[in-house]
Amino acid sequence: MKESLAKKSIEYRKRILKYIYKAKAGHTGGSLSCVDVLNVLYNRIMNVGPANFDSPDRDRYVQSKGHCVEALFVVLADQGFFPESELETLCQYNSHFIGHPTRKVPGVEQNTGALGHGLSLSVGMAIAAKLDKKDYQVFTLMGDGELAEGSNWEAALTASHYKLDNLCAIVDYNRLQISAPTRDVCNTDPVADKFRSFGWEVVEVDGHDVDALEAIFRKLPFVTGKPSLVIAHTVKGKGISYMENVLKWHHGVPSEDQYEQAQKELDSALLAL
Amino acid sequence: MDMDREINMGKANLEVFSETLQHIAESNRDLLVVTSDSRGSGKLVPFAQRFPDQLVEVGIAEQNLVGISAGLASAGKQVFAVSPACFLTARSLEQIKNDVTYSDNAVTVVGISAGVSYGALGSTHHSLHDYAVLRAIHNIIVCAPADNFETEEAVRQAAVLNQPVYLRFGKRPMPLLRKDIPFVLGKGRVLQEGKDLAIVATGEMVHPALEAAALLKESVDVEVTVISMHTVKPLDKELLTQVAATGMPILTVEEHSVYGGVGEACASFLLQEGFHNRFQVMGIPDEYTVTGSQQEIFDHYGLNGQGIMEVAQQLLGVSQEK
Repeated sequence: MKESLAKKSIEYRKRILKYIYKAKAGHTGGSLSCVDVLNVLYNRIMNVGPANFDSPDRDRYVQSKGHCVEALFVVLADQGFFPESELETLCQYNSHFIGHPTRKVPGVEQNTGALGHGLSLSVGMAIAAKLDKKDYQVFTLMGDGELAEGSNWEAALTASHYKLDNLCAIVDYNRLQISAPTRDVCNTDPVADKFRSFGWEVVEVDGHDVDALEAIFRKLPFVTGKPSLVIAHTVKGKGISYMENVLKWHHGVPSEDQYEQAQKELDSALLAL
Repeated sequence: MDMDREINMGKANLEVFSETLQHIAESNRDLLVVTSDSRGSGKLVPFAQRFPDQLVEVGIAEQNLVGISAGLASAGKQVFAVSPACFLTARSLEQIKNDVTYSDNAVTVVGISAGVSYGALGSTHHSLHDYAVLRAIHNIIVCAPADNFETEEAVRQAAVLNQPVYLRFGKRPMPLLRKDIPFVLGKGRVLQEGKDLAIVATGEMVHPALEAAALLKESVDVEVTVISMHTVKPLDKELLTQVAATGMPILTVEEHSVYGGVGEACASFLLQEGFHNRFQVMGIPDEYTVTGSQQEIFDHYGLNGQGIMEVAQQLLGVSQEK
């Protein structure tokens, strides 16, 4: 089990790069930083897939940091929501596979892309679950730069006010945003203390350690009656030597040489498993 | 106005809104009201008392209000998101655009104390932009009911429509108009027919339009068609076409900026259809809005029976002495 999750993460990275390279567009660094979280959620934790996507009892995933859609599309394809070949049309004229999540793509729960929306949407879903006495869980993935959006803090208040222990927010804490390190743009640290003071239970984890992520998510809710926050410590551009922690790969597209090198690095990582 | 004393006064549309929601909630546990500390101003205290489990309070946080409402709707709830129109359609416009309309979450967004209802509280509390901004957003019906009857019908229809709707309500008691003409979202109501002039009015301007029509008949024997164009979007193009085809001058009246509202919507449609009727838009001009009570603001801008009559006479080219 352990090996296959790790293998999936590398394969997902290969596909993320493949489709970004082909589309000549995409949010490379962030997709590579958050993909391990998606891997664990979709393959180990969430009760959601093509067979039950219409069920009111399914778990929900809302990608608040919508721009890292390539990671989501690759994982949804792997889950069987649509043939992976459809990703060949990423960002092409009239394709549903646009640069942000849209419900026109099977498996996408909510349209996102404008930052600071996912947590409120998720709070609404979590309140609905409580009202209906359903036990589905709601997950939302946010960026650390995104936390500057004030609407997140409105939603954070409401989540603890309504004791939404069926809600788990994950911060893809990669410490870089489009123009500079997050601490230099608008420092959102200390994230854990802020959420704790808002009434959340917070756990920090290596966001690339799939086993650690799985173990953490299996403990949800961390505390009965409190919303849960997972701060996933990640590396922007994770897995590609020349992309890791380098600002320009926020939405950089690799050249042919760079692309081939990246795929070689990932192939080596696969062999090393 | 003197005529106010002759007509039957109803309740504030907001009260009817709240009562209608209670009727629906009696048999529909999925109906939810979401408020931003606005249950009092939304006349929703009785609803909250009767259906405490069907009211979600989010505090003074309009963006969150709309986002949460969208999430609730996506989970199968019939959601009415209620907040003062001024904040709801400005601060949380992006949530309306993305989380409600673009995402097809069938929230009914309810702007209360709309237009200049808040009077002397000033421009921060006025919503004279809501038709304009929402008209430019795809997938939302925009409706301002004129009276209690239109309000009840609009709420009932919005509740079962499974599409985003914006409803706009003022806070003062409204005169009761005709109930014998069906109300259908998207279809204007012809409240009276005349051959000389058409007044297309929306929301709280419908009653002053009827007053103007009566004054015109009385003073210069002008016969006026008065339409309650409660649905600003989609516009009732069929009805507008019928009216314009008669060649009558058309006067539009709304409690909104003269920019981007009902008047411009009608003008744009009619001009592109090739109609060249004499045409005039009445509303709040593009300036720092005067303060005072709602009625004083209306009177200042001539948005009353007398003022509408005077503009109508200019449009018709008739004098009062005729």
